[in-house]
Amino acid sequence: MRKTPLLRGAAVTAAALLVLAACSTDDSVDDPAPDAGSDPTTSESTAEEPPADTEWFVQADYDEQDAQRSATFEGDPATPWLQYIDGAMTDTSKYATQESQKVCFANASISNPWRQTGFITMNQQLQALQDSKVISDMEVRDAQDDDNTQIADIDYFIAEGNCDVFIISPNSTAAMTPAVERACETGKPVIVFDRGVNTDCYTTFIHPIGGYAWGIDTANFLSENLEEGDKVIALRILPGVDVLETRWAAADKIFAENGIEAVDYFTGADPTKIKQIISDELVKGDVAGIWMDAGDGAVAAIEAFEDAGVDYPVMTGEDEMSFLRKWEETGLTGLAPVYSNFQWRTPLLAVEMIAAGEPIPAEWVLPQTPITEDERADYLAANEGMPDGHYAKFGGEDLPGFPEAWQDR
Amino acid sequence: MRTRLESLTSTGIVVIVLALSLVIGAILTAVEGRNFLSTGNISAILTGCSILGFIAIGQTLVILVGSLDLSVPFVVSLTSVVAAGQMNGDPAQVAPAVLLALAIAAAIGLVNGLVVSFLKVHGFIATLGMGLIISGYLATNYQGSHGSAPRSFRLIGATQVGPVPVSALIMLGCALLAIVILRRTRLGHHLYAVGGNPEVARLSGIRTSVPVVAAHVLCSLLAAMAGLLLLARLSVGSPTIGSQGDYDLMSIAAVVLGGTLLAGGKGNIVGTLAGVAIFAVLDNVMGVMQVNPFLKDVIRGLVIVAAVAVYARREIDQRPARFDRPTGLSAVLQEKP
Amino acid sequence: MSTQLAAHQRGFAGRVLAAVLTPGGAVYVLAAALLIATIQANPNFGDPGVIMLFLGRTAPIAIAAIGQYYVIVSGEFDLSMGAVIGTQVVLAGNLIGEDPDRIVPVTLLMLLVGAAVGFANGVLTTLLRVPSFIVTLGMMLALGGLVSYVTGGAATGNPVDEFREVGRGRFENVPVVEFLPYPLLILIVLAIAAVWLMRRPFGRNLLAVGDNPESAERSGSSLWWLKTRAFMLSSLAASVSGILLVGYAGVHPSVGDGYEFTAITAVVLGGVLLGGGRGWVLSAAVGAIALELLFTLLTVQEVESTWRDTVQGVIIIVAVAVAARGWQAGRRPRRSDTRTPSTRIPTPISTNQPSQGTNTGDN
Repeated sequence: MRKTPLLRGAAVTAAALLVLAACSTDDSVDDPAPDAGSDPTTSESTAEEPPADTEWFVQADYDEQDAQRSATFEGDPATPWLQYIDGAMTDTSKYATQESQKVCFANASISNPWRQTGFITMNQQLQALQDSKVISDMEVRDAQDDDNTQIADIDYFIAEGNCDVFIISPNSTAAMTPAVERACETGKPVIVFDRGVNTDCYTTFIHPIGGYAWGIDTANFLSENLEEGDKVIALRILPGVDVLETRWAAADKIFAENGIEAVDYFTGADPTKIKQIISDELVKGDVAGIWMDAGDGAVAAIEAFEDAGVDYPVMTGEDEMSFLRKWEETGLTGLAPVYSNFQWRTPLLAVEMIAAGEPIPAEWVLPQTPITEDERADYLAANEGMPDGHYAKFGGEDLPGFPEAWQDR
Repeated sequence: MRTRLESLTSTGIVVIVLALSLVIGAILTAVEGRNFLSTGNISAILTGCSILGFIAIGQTLVILVGSLDLSVPFVVSLTSVVAAGQMNGDPAQVAPAVLLALAIAAAIGLVNGLVVSFLKVHGFIATLGMGLIISGYLATNYQGSHGSAPRSFRLIGATQVGPVPVSALIMLGCALLAIVILRRTRLGHHLYAVGGNPEVARLSGIRTSVPVVAAHVLCSLLAAMAGLLLLARLSVGSPTIGSQGDYDLMSIAAVVLGGTLLAGGKGNIVGTLAGVAIFAVLDNVMGVMQVNPFLKDVIRGLVIVAAVAVYARREIDQRPARFDRPTGLSAVLQEKP
Repeated sequence: MSTQLAAHQRGFAGRVLAAVLTPGGAVYVLAAALLIATIQANPNFGDPGVIMLFLGRTAPIAIAAIGQYYVIVSGEFDLSMGAVIGTQVVLAGNLIGEDPDRIVPVTLLMLLVGAAVGFANGVLTTLLRVPSFIVTLGMMLALGGLVSYVTGGAATGNPVDEFREVGRGRFENVPVVEFLPYPLLILIVLAIAAVWLMRRPFGRNLLAVGDNPESAERSGSSLWWLKTRAFMLSSLAASVSGILLVGYAGVHPSVGDGYEFTAITAVVLGGVLLGGGRGWVLSAAVGAIALELLFTLLTVQEVESTWRDTVQGVIIIVAVAVAARGWQAGRRPRRSDTRTPSTRIPTPISTNQPSQGTNTGDN
């Protein structure tokens, strides 16, 4: 008997709450008003995207990155983390200050060796800049690989952080765009690095050339060293992550053009899975090449060939020490593509430049050069004593705490 | 009557734990030189509650009926990309997109429920398998963020009433509906009965499949609500957003933290909400204190076990053995007329 | 239980027939079918050496499944398995390093750590009455986080090759099968030990407690110690699995990821009832082999990488649904309590309840 009225009551209450909420919406939305301004651009850019969605391949980006591979970089090659491709500069004179800066860093995660290495480098760089009083403090929030958490982190910084500068390493590109725009609206400098965002409201966006360049370097190398019709196993970490999808998209295209048969697998970077997949493929038939979208777990792939007692493949890994060491030990034909780990220093150095009011590149494209067999010995020597999960091009040799900070993790 | 008293006390414990964590959180936040009760912080905590809240409410229903749902993260991701694709920035498509997302989720829940109740597959395996099935579909069809939400829809994620985000209010509305269903409808009573002891429930003339299927459908629908809310917050659909949040295990943890028996048959929504809030406060405080992300997991793990241990001790003190659930059940059944 | 009791009363042929009809027996048929399908798709997989290599690399997951079996059959879950494997892998990498003299002490330490984790799981579950799902979930988070924190998320590197030999090496020149991988040998030893253990009072009590916790309590066996031993066996199995995986694949933080779910899936594929009380330990191990065969078959059939999860999901559900039918067929009347084993109250108990307030006839 009582059920129906109660149910109805609940529904009415819920509806009333909603209406109430809807009413107050218009008032409170006033603070993020500029959001309305930026809205059309967002929808426009997404409207252009659908073809990319289906193919996950943007020819213009591919061509641009292809060209950037051979571009000339401004600055001293001895400090590649400060090099950039000539282009539009952001005028930062309005930010010039003598005060120590409070930096707020919204990090996507430190859940893989690449990010762990970079984060150490960043902290050592921070120490150097704290010693020179450029930075007073860096508050870090780690989103543990979750977009939703990172949005909350950025909003928290805006509301509670007393930040002078925002540094954001987005967990994913499109999803983080609105939150980065909100950070921009505070009028403080916003530095984005690694993965990008679909807006250019930032002060600077720091990144190596990109995923297509990785795919082009690696797939060209394999195509040159293999015959038409050879089989390549592509080991991919996981689907749905844009920075990894572009690497594969470029490589897949080049393999197809060169008549290389490429079969891709998702491994989660788990060496057990990698070894099983390669073992099964070796039973099925010859495998001439291995392509990886990140070098994590490369050693297991090589070991699968050893266990099966067949010749080593032509292979592309990454500049992770484990791969470089195994590569040297086995003498296989290989290439270590680099997703420049030293980029983790650059955002803090950008803070220094911004505080000094110096112009900085609006899109700061860092060099991204693979390590070839000829250079391998130098990098192995330079990184001796580093753990297997360390990255050769970490670029922290001149920072305080070298090398212990990277050795004792 | 006894059921009410018991649930009051058990929920009471959870609420006390929550109050305790609020106090400790306020102190620790103050030590860091921050204000725990500032608008920004309260809004951050409530936002943290809302997504997991939706999923945990649904998970409560499924656990009450004696099953589990491990497919929720994938339902979240699927609804987020499907709705985003349907909207594609067009405000006119919001309603169709929402309906489409909910319909797909309901269908998934229906399949889960049918597999569990008619094929006799344990909920753990049925929903694990369903999660894998959806995950394959997502991986094949979505290689990154997809579609976009128009501004009108994004407002749901961005709007606040004072410090309270609208998303949290919608979540509380859903919680209220779930409470009404559990307390005042035949379905709710059957849910407890089947979860308490399916055999007895069957013998007493309940069609045990109905509450099982209904709970699974509701759970998937609530996961879809979470997916839609995430779409509003992210502005684009994401094929990995559900897995990113570990919503399967964390929602189960929140439900048990809230005092619901994992074996089914006993528990309530208010406790679950308190459990979700405990997690949100914990995360918030750890964020303010800049706890190392790896240590965060350690603390989460310890808190989950410790909190449930406090609660479980109390259970043993109160009850002679773990088998008086049917008593609770019969009390529920008696409450029906 | 009823199936097993019934089976004991028949002759050998009858027992085999009855066994194959149960889910615990059906998994052998499933494994054989998958193997035949794989060989048919690519005859190379019929080569004895290839089969041996396959069994060798499947040993860690089969051992994990045996460990998980003890816990599941007693009516609990162990979700901490993957974290235990990850811990052992990192311990091996960081503590043994390049020093062969440390192999023995560190291995002992690893087993000790495994036993300690299992002991903690067991005590928290039984004495503090925290559901094992939650205890082991908490353990998974805590252990995984602790290891990452202590190591900064990255292990130093692979341990010496001598240590890895146990997971990578093999006996050469074995008749018929060409060679015998060490992991397979360890699996065989552990499987025999498991069969023996399940025939001992410990095993019988474990089954009894999973089937009906109260009766086991009444029969006087110490419930907490019984279940705690099951958890310890599970963690020890995970530790052995971890040792083999270090050998097989090397050190990486992601080794062991998701092993808890793989092991549970394997156990359930093996016809073991989630919720406890029913199932054979060898079937759990064969469940693991069937699961790995399925992955291999997907590779052989060149199933699109993105669709593999879906195929796996469908097959798991179908296999378990068929198995559920099997248990029902094996029992006399249709009883619906097999559906939700997490409700662990078997029918006889409910009749013991003094007043149900509902109809308790029909027994």
